[in-house]
Amino acid sequence: MTPFNAIIRRDIRLAIAAGGDLLTLLLFFILVGALMPFAVGPDKALLARIAPGITWVAALLALLLALDRLFKTDAEDGSLRAFRNAAVSMETIVIAKLVAFWLSVMLPLLVAVPVHALLLGMNLETLARMMLALLAGSPGLLALGAIGAAVTVSLRRGGLIAPVLILPLAVPILIFGIGAVAPPPAPGADRAAMLFLTAISLVLVAIAPFAAGLALRMSED
Amino acid sequence: MASTETARPMRWYEKLAHPGQFLVWSAYLIWPLALASAAFFVWGLWLALFASPDDYQMGATVRIMYIHVPNAWLSQLVYGIMAVAAIGTLVWRHPMSDVTMKAAAPLGAVFTTMALFTGALWGRPTWGTFWEWDGRMTSTLILLFIYLGLIALWAAFEDKLRAAKLVAILTLVGAINIPVIKFSVDWWNTLHQPSSVFVAGGPKMPMSILMPLFVMLFAFTFLFALLQILMMRTEIVSRRISTLERRMAMEPAA
Repeated sequence: MTPFNAIIRRDIRLAIAAGGDLLTLLLFFILVGALMPFAVGPDKALLARIAPGITWVAALLALLLALDRLFKTDAEDGSLRAFRNAAVSMETIVIAKLVAFWLSVMLPLLVAVPVHALLLGMNLETLARMMLALLAGSPGLLALGAIGAAVTVSLRRGGLIAPVLILPLAVPILIFGIGAVAPPPAPGADRAAMLFLTAISLVLVAIAPFAAGLALRMSED
Repeated sequence: MASTETARPMRWYEKLAHPGQFLVWSAYLIWPLALASAAFFVWGLWLALFASPDDYQMGATVRIMYIHVPNAWLSQLVYGIMAVAAIGTLVWRHPMSDVTMKAAAPLGAVFTTMALFTGALWGRPTWGTFWEWDGRMTSTLILLFIYLGLIALWAAFEDKLRAAKLVAILTLVGAINIPVIKFSVDWWNTLHQPSSVFVAGGPKMPMSILMPLFVMLFAFTFLFALLQILMMRTEIVSRRISTLERRMAMEPAA
């Protein structure tokens, strides 16, 4: 087994072993969606209109909560030191960890989106677009999150700073992510938004291993 | 490096970047910069407040522009300087790049806040609202959040040497992202808000308005250069003090 596959398998097995965490995260994601009707009132038309935004924000918040696990646990138990001295490059390790994290955290969130659709009154077409947009945008969000998590990995209070660093940079993903789902104000705008979302996501995924890898090498203690 | 036996005199560009030499040569710049900035401010404010005409639509409120535009220009220039310094930190690991980045971040945040604040003051009489989710305002607001995040990151590290490298990575990621943010906000804005309110845009402004604007641009840019040099000097000195303190703390043990 190549080191790349080994790290993916290890991370997924660790995530499954701590299965309670994952369920709690899913619960959090659903709760954020379920809480919104209390904040804006149970008006069905209004809820259906803002549902994509709620789901995007809930996914973003859930990701921020889960990010602490991405590199922090490795830094605490010493795996990160082993990674630094490993025969494979830190960039490869970061890619492997991102793949594992996406499969074990983002994919379950994607599966929970229909619950949001039910609670917030999305119709079937919106739901399909929403899942497609999340599929395209979540790797980019995760890539940004990885950079933030890597930069703050040696901080004890990193869990507070990383979101503040990531959120402003996530604005384009949010804009195009919602543009791809919401009813288009101009013909073809939703398609354009989807393409931009995918493009931004791809660029961020391309940058993240290098930026996060560099940060992880430099935050040696 | 200085300890090698074939020590040769420093070249001029090495003197430029050496922290100790920087403290020497930058001392000669403080007063000229302060005087230049003050002179340009006096001239610019006189032009802006008394010697320029009212706008035919906006009236006297057009004079807010002479404060607003220089701040908006500096909010972007400072990020550019930080991004260049970040490359210096990551590629050459030069301590002066670290100091440049650290000194520029709060200045950038202040200029961005000023741009937003004067923009809001200007928006109230012309657009009828303090805040509008206009493309430029929105991307400036996000730029402010990026500045504040970087300042928070600087403050979170105790080891400033390590902080510099990590902040540099994030500064560069931000530099790549800022054009994307600007583009996405414009895209979002034109879809939702078709009519742009900006009337006096473009190079069609008459000379009587351009002149005070240029003078104020110089005044604010000199002010920034002055503050930047002062902050850098403070940072270098405070680093020396903390090094000395660490050395003194070590000595009794030996």
